[in-house]
Amino acid sequence: MTKRIDFSVVILPMLGVGFVLLVWTILSATVARDLPSPVKTWHESRHYIFNPFFKDGEMNQGIARFALLSLFRVSKGFLLAILIGTPLGFLLGLSTKFNHAFDPVIQVLRPISPLAWLPLGLIIFQKSEPAAIFTIALCAMWPTVINTAVGVRSISPEYLNVGKVLKLSRAKMLRKIIVPAALPYVFTGYRLSLGLAWLVIVASEMLTGAPGVGGFLWQEYNSLVYSHIILSIISIGLIGFGLDRCMGVVERRFKSA
Amino acid sequence: MSYLQLRGVSKSFPRAGGGELQVLRDIDLEVGAGQFACVVGRSGAGKTTLVSLIAGLVEADRGEILLAGKPIQGPGPERGIVFQNYSLLPWMTVFENVYLSVDAVAPALSEKEKRERTGRYVELVNLKNAAGKRPRELSGGMRQRVAVARGLAMEPKVLLLDEPFSALDALTRATLQEELARIWMETKKTVVMITNDIDEAILLADYIYPITSGPLASGPGATLGAAIEVAAPRPRLRKQFSGGSEYHRLRKEMLRLLVNGRNGVKSASHFTEEEKYS
Repeated sequence: MTKRIDFSVVILPMLGVGFVLLVWTILSATVARDLPSPVKTWHESRHYIFNPFFKDGEMNQGIARFALLSLFRVSKGFLLAILIGTPLGFLLGLSTKFNHAFDPVIQVLRPISPLAWLPLGLIIFQKSEPAAIFTIALCAMWPTVINTAVGVRSISPEYLNVGKVLKLSRAKMLRKIIVPAALPYVFTGYRLSLGLAWLVIVASEMLTGAPGVGGFLWQEYNSLVYSHIILSIISIGLIGFGLDRCMGVVERRFKSA
Repeated sequence: MSYLQLRGVSKSFPRAGGGELQVLRDIDLEVGAGQFACVVGRSGAGKTTLVSLIAGLVEADRGEILLAGKPIQGPGPERGIVFQNYSLLPWMTVFENVYLSVDAVAPALSEKEKRERTGRYVELVNLKNAAGKRPRELSGGMRQRVAVARGLAMEPKVLLLDEPFSALDALTRATLQEELARIWMETKKTVVMITNDIDEAILLADYIYPITSGPLASGPGATLGAAIEVAAPRPRLRKQFSGGSEYHRLRKEMLRLLVNGRNGVKSASHFTEEEKYS
């Protein structure tokens, strides 16, 4: 029994990774000559991986340092997103009038790319760091807003009837019934928002040139060190995966409660 | 002397394809203080609508509902309700679920008094050992006990029970019926219980009201039949009582009233329900 589990959770994923490495090697040796091969990428990136915390200047740091800088920026943007998004979602879910007034605006703002928001942020804030955070927050907020609103709207009328019979005050109704009932949806929103925030970080760092994984990626492209682009890409993917898993654990905790 | 009074209460709901569906028609009901009244009828007869009307969760189209002489206005804790599907809040423990209603109806009490009162009702339904558990950790029977405790803890003037035991297996149901009888003897609450189980009604009620509907095109338009008194002494022990002749007489009468209905027409769609009772 354990043998079979090892096979599907260890051997098969390794085969998948191996296949991708093989395709990558073939591509770099044939059609895409400028694409560094896996071996070359490894050789040129080793320094950044084995000394993850070195710092030789603003744009030349270990990969963990860059990752932390990006994570710090993302968490600021993400926090801002959920601080604005959660109450907004509750208002949309609770008030039909509010929903009619603002739903169209939200539906129009939602599909706007971070690349479009960033220049606006730069104009408003004049500095790149707050502009980046503004962009992350604006792009990442929507899943929280929409999931919270859906969560509030889909609260079972049975729970609301309990509150009605007890004549709970508006505040108590919110605290004891509406918020806890909507919480699983809210956390699904948070998980999706965090994923989006991480997605946006690269774009905003690339455009502002801020130090971080995305900024590093763009700088190494301009310095023609292509293997470091791949290093950045893989780091972004792994960190994003980790973030999603962490939020998934939190989310499940609230689902089962 | 009637305590809870319904006079000419009617209720219709808008139909999906337009038009109206009349569910209840000219309902009259009088329940005396401290009485246990049972409304018995088949599924879809409008029983839940009736209890929602008394609870104030649904508004009547016509007629009036009086409690202690005063018309009711919306839902309120003086009419405690035990919902058909328990409606426990899953994020709260048993104790917290009951505490919520104590806290809501008796805000003047101190924290300690509220906790004591909560504890008393949790104990009354024999759930002291499960007080810290969440609803999903409990069996159906235990959940329903919590719902009963929550309803009683409001110390309402009238306790409304909407098919409280219909989702339970027969053995659990029998235990809870006996427990409800004991609790009612102890608290002497005015109770209106809705059920589809004739035996349950005979075991528990002082008065039984059959609710019957005809196969009308405009909806069930259910009405309440005349009250049938169950004069048998309490406590009614299932084993002795259900063998007696009084029990059989009542059961037969109920069957006649419910199966034949208002119009005495057997509608094909109700055939299986009728089979169940014959």
